[in-house]
Amino acid sequence: MTKAALTAISAPPLPQETHSCWSCGSMRAAHFCESCGKVQPPVPVDYFSFFGLAPKLDLDIKALEKSFYELSRKLHPDLNARAGSQEQEWSMEQSSLLNDAYRTLKDPIKRTQYLLHLEGVELEEQSKTATEQARATGETKKQIVPPDLLEEVFELNMQLEELRMNKKTGEDDPALSEEVGKQKLSLESKHEALLGELQTYWKTWDNLIDRGPAPLAERAQVRDKMVDVLNRRNYIHNLVRDVNAAMED
Amino acid sequence: MAPDRIVGIDLGTTNSLVAFMQGDTPVVIPGDDGLNLLPSVVALDPNHQPVIGNAARNALIETPERAVYSIKRLMGRGVEDIQQELKFFPFRLADDMQPGEVLRIKLGDKTFTPPEISALILRQLKRSADRFFGGPVTKAVITVPAYFNDAQRQATKDAGRIAGLEVLRLVNEPTAASLAYGLDKKQNGIIAVYDFGGGTFDISILKLHDQIFEVIATNGDTHLGGDDIDNLLITIALDDIRGDLGLDLRNNDLRGNAETVQAIRKAVIEAKIALSSEPSVKLDIELPGGKRYQREITREQYEQLIQPVIDRTVGACKQAMKDAGLKPEQIDEVVLVGGSTRIPKVRALVKELFHREPHIDLNPDEVVALGAAVQANILGGGSEATENMLLLDVTPLSLGIEVAGGVTDKIILRNSTIPASATQFYTTQIDGQANVAIHVLQGERELAKDCRSLARFDLKGIPGMAAGIPRVEVRFLIDANGILHVSAREQRSGKEAEIQVQPSYGLTDEQVEGMILDSFDNAEEDFRRRQLIEARSETATILAALEKGKKDPAWGQLTTDEKKKIAKMEKSLVALHAEEDYKAIRKAIDVLNQGTMRLAELMMDTAVSTALKGKNLDETDLGEAPTAPHPMAKAEFE
Repeated sequence: MTKAALTAISAPPLPQETHSCWSCGSMRAAHFCESCGKVQPPVPVDYFSFFGLAPKLDLDIKALEKSFYELSRKLHPDLNARAGSQEQEWSMEQSSLLNDAYRTLKDPIKRTQYLLHLEGVELEEQSKTATEQARATGETKKQIVPPDLLEEVFELNMQLEELRMNKKTGEDDPALSEEVGKQKLSLESKHEALLGELQTYWKTWDNLIDRGPAPLAERAQVRDKMVDVLNRRNYIHNLVRDVNAAMED
Repeated sequence: MAPDRIVGIDLGTTNSLVAFMQGDTPVVIPGDDGLNLLPSVVALDPNHQPVIGNAARNALIETPERAVYSIKRLMGRGVEDIQQELKFFPFRLADDMQPGEVLRIKLGDKTFTPPEISALILRQLKRSADRFFGGPVTKAVITVPAYFNDAQRQATKDAGRIAGLEVLRLVNEPTAASLAYGLDKKQNGIIAVYDFGGGTFDISILKLHDQIFEVIATNGDTHLGGDDIDNLLITIALDDIRGDLGLDLRNNDLRGNAETVQAIRKAVIEAKIALSSEPSVKLDIELPGGKRYQREITREQYEQLIQPVIDRTVGACKQAMKDAGLKPEQIDEVVLVGGSTRIPKVRALVKELFHREPHIDLNPDEVVALGAAVQANILGGGSEATENMLLLDVTPLSLGIEVAGGVTDKIILRNSTIPASATQFYTTQIDGQANVAIHVLQGERELAKDCRSLARFDLKGIPGMAAGIPRVEVRFLIDANGILHVSAREQRSGKEAEIQVQPSYGLTDEQVEGMILDSFDNAEEDFRRRQLIEARSETATILAALEKGKKDPAWGQLTTDEKKKIAKMEKSLVALHAEEDYKAIRKAIDVLNQGTMRLAELMMDTAVSTALKGKNLDETDLGEAPTAPHPMAKAEFE
C-alpha cells in the first residue's frame, strides 16, 4: 500500500480543453504533442474518443492494437521517467487511461457494455445492486429467465438438484451425468451463438451512427436489443457456471 | 552533470546481484570478493556491525542467533502468514511481536524488519556499484517476483529507500528475464518464461511485437522454490536420524544441534545439485556422539520425491495459458530462469507442459539482473540497443473492495496491463455521515476474508448531507510498479475527500524515514570515507603480501634493480597511507601491483594450492517439522 504517493496523486485536473502544448506551444495531438513529444494533461474523454474512434462496435481489432502500441510508445511512464514530476503524473494518468480503454474496447462484450453505459444503460450496476440487495436480505438473487429458455432451465435445474443429491449420498448416475453434460454443451453453443446475434446488432448500430444523428427511437430500439442479448448471454453464462460447479463437487 | 547511473538489482531469496548496461551489453557488477552472486544472508559481527553475503555465511556458524537468510519470504507479510515458514526457517521473531504489526526479526539483541534486512543486502550491492563507477549510485530498478502482492512490493520499495536508493521501477522477474533474452533476438512471437528460483515460482506469457514486450498473463506462487526441495530432504534425514538413533535434532532448544542440522542442510543442497548430473549421490554426515548418517539417493528416488514440489508449478502454468487464451502449441519459445530450472526433471516437466524444448542460453542465475539492467537503461533514456524496447506488464492479482456480506467486488482484474485504474462511487447510509470506510483487497477469491487485505481507507470530511446524497468518487490506480494509489473526491461539493490509510502490512513513511541507512546529504562524504577505509585496508593487504613475498624463495630470483624499484614504490605507498586522498592511495597500490607482477608470477609457480575447507553454510534450527514419507530404502548408520 502506498503512502507518500497517496497524497501526491491529487484528483485529476478539471476538464480543460486546450489545444496547444503546455511545453512548446505548438498545436498538439490529443495525448501528446506532435511537435515536441511531451505528454499532455489528460482530458476526460470516453474510451472511443481516446483512440479517436466513433462510438461504433464493429471494430478493427488489429488497427486498435496498432494504435495501442503507438500510443504506449508515447505515453508509458517508462519512457517519461526522466520528465518532471507533473509530467510523470500525467504520463501515469494517460497511460492508465490508454490501458483501461484498450482493455475495454478489445473485448467484444466489454465493448458493447461500455457503449451501452455511454448510452445510459448500467448493466453491471443493475446486476450489482440486485446482487447486493439479495445478499443484504439473505435471499437468492432473482433472475428473470429468458422466455425461450424457460422449459430447458426448469428441466436442467431439476437435474442439477438430483446431481447434487446423488453427490451427497454418494450415488452415481452415469445417465444423468451424461444428460447434464449434453445440456451444458447445448448451453455453450447457445452462448456462442448469442455473440453472433450481438454482432448483427453491432452492424445495425454502426449504420445508425454512420447516417449521422439518429432518431432517438431507433437508437433505443437497437440498444434494447443489445441489452436483451447481453442479459440472455449473462444468464447462460451463470447457468454454465452452476453446471460446472455441480459436476465438480 | 553526468548522466544518471541507474543499476538493475535482482534481490533474490538465495542470491542477489547488481548489473549495469555497459554500451549495448548488460553486465553483472562483481562484489569486493570478485564474485557476481551475493548470498542473501545477513549477520551481525561481534561488534554488532552488519556483515552481508559470503562473510555472513561464514559468521553464521559461530553465531546462528545473529544471522538470517531467505528474508525475502517474510517481505510484506504478517505474523499470522508465516507459521508455515517458521517450521522450516530459523527466523527468530522479536518477543513482543503483536499481530498486525510489521515483523521484527532478532539478530543478537537487536531487531530488524524484513525491509531493513533487505536494505542491508541492497546497500552491499550499492557499494559494489559505487566502487565500479567510482562514485555513488543512487537510482535503481529492483526486480520482484511477478506474483508479489502490493504489500510485498511496497516492502521491497521501502528496502530500497532505506538503503539510500531511489527505486525508479519494480520490475517483475520473469519479465526482466525476457528483456535480457529479447535484447539480441528481435523476433516477434509468444514466449513463456518459467522462473523457478530459490523461494518463488513465476510463469509469465508475453507477446513480443516490434520490441514491445507485452505480458498477457502471469501466475505463480511466492512460496515455492528450491528451499522447499531442501526442506523435504532435510526432513527425511531428520526423520531417519530420530527413528534409528532416537536423536531428535528438531528441538529448538538444543543449540548444539543447530550445527548438525546445518551440516545436513549443506549436504542435501550439495546432493541436490549433484543429482542434476549424477545418477546417484551418497550423503555422509557426522552426527553428535561420533556416529555417521549415511544414505544413498538415486536420481530416480530423488525425482519421485520432488515430484509433488515441482508439480505445484503445473497449475500456475495451465492457469496462465488459460488466462492468455493460448494453447501450448501457440507458444513459440519457452525460457528457463532461476537456479531450480537446472534440475533435469523440471526441464522435462516444462517440455511436457509446453510441448517444446526450453531455452537455457543465458545463465539462469544472472538473467534477471541483466534484464533489470536493460530496464534501467530504458528508464534512463535508452541507448541504441534499447531505444525501441518497451515493457507492458500486468498486475498479477485482482484488486477488490469489500462489499456487503463480506464479499469481494473485483474492480481491476488480474492480468490487466498496468498502469490500470478503476473508479467507484460511494455514498452515505445515514444523514450527516462524514466518514466512509473502504476495505481494499487483493486476490481471486469470492470472500473478502480469503483475499489479502491491503488496507483500510477512511474517507473523511464528507460534507453534511442527507443519507445517500453525497457522491464520493474514489479512484484506484495501480502504477507501473504494481503498487496501488487511491484518491477521492466528493462530486457534489467538488471537495477532495481526505483519505486516511491503514496499511494492513507495512511500514509508515515516518518509520521508513527513521530507518534510512545512508542519508542522501552525506552520500558523497560517506562514499569518500568508505573509499578511504577500503583503500587503507587494501594497502595493509598488499604490504602484508609484500612482506611475505620478501621471505619467499622467489624474492631471491629478482634483480637488484627490481628490488630497489619495489622498495621505492613501497615507501611512497606507506607515506600516502597516512593521508586522506583515497585516489592517490589507490594509484600507489596499482603501481606497486604492477611493479611486483613478476614476483607474484614467480611465487605462483612455486605455490601450493590450498583447498578451501570448513563449513560455510547457514545455520538452521528446524521447528516442529512435518515428517515426509519417501520412496527410499532405509538409511545406514554406523
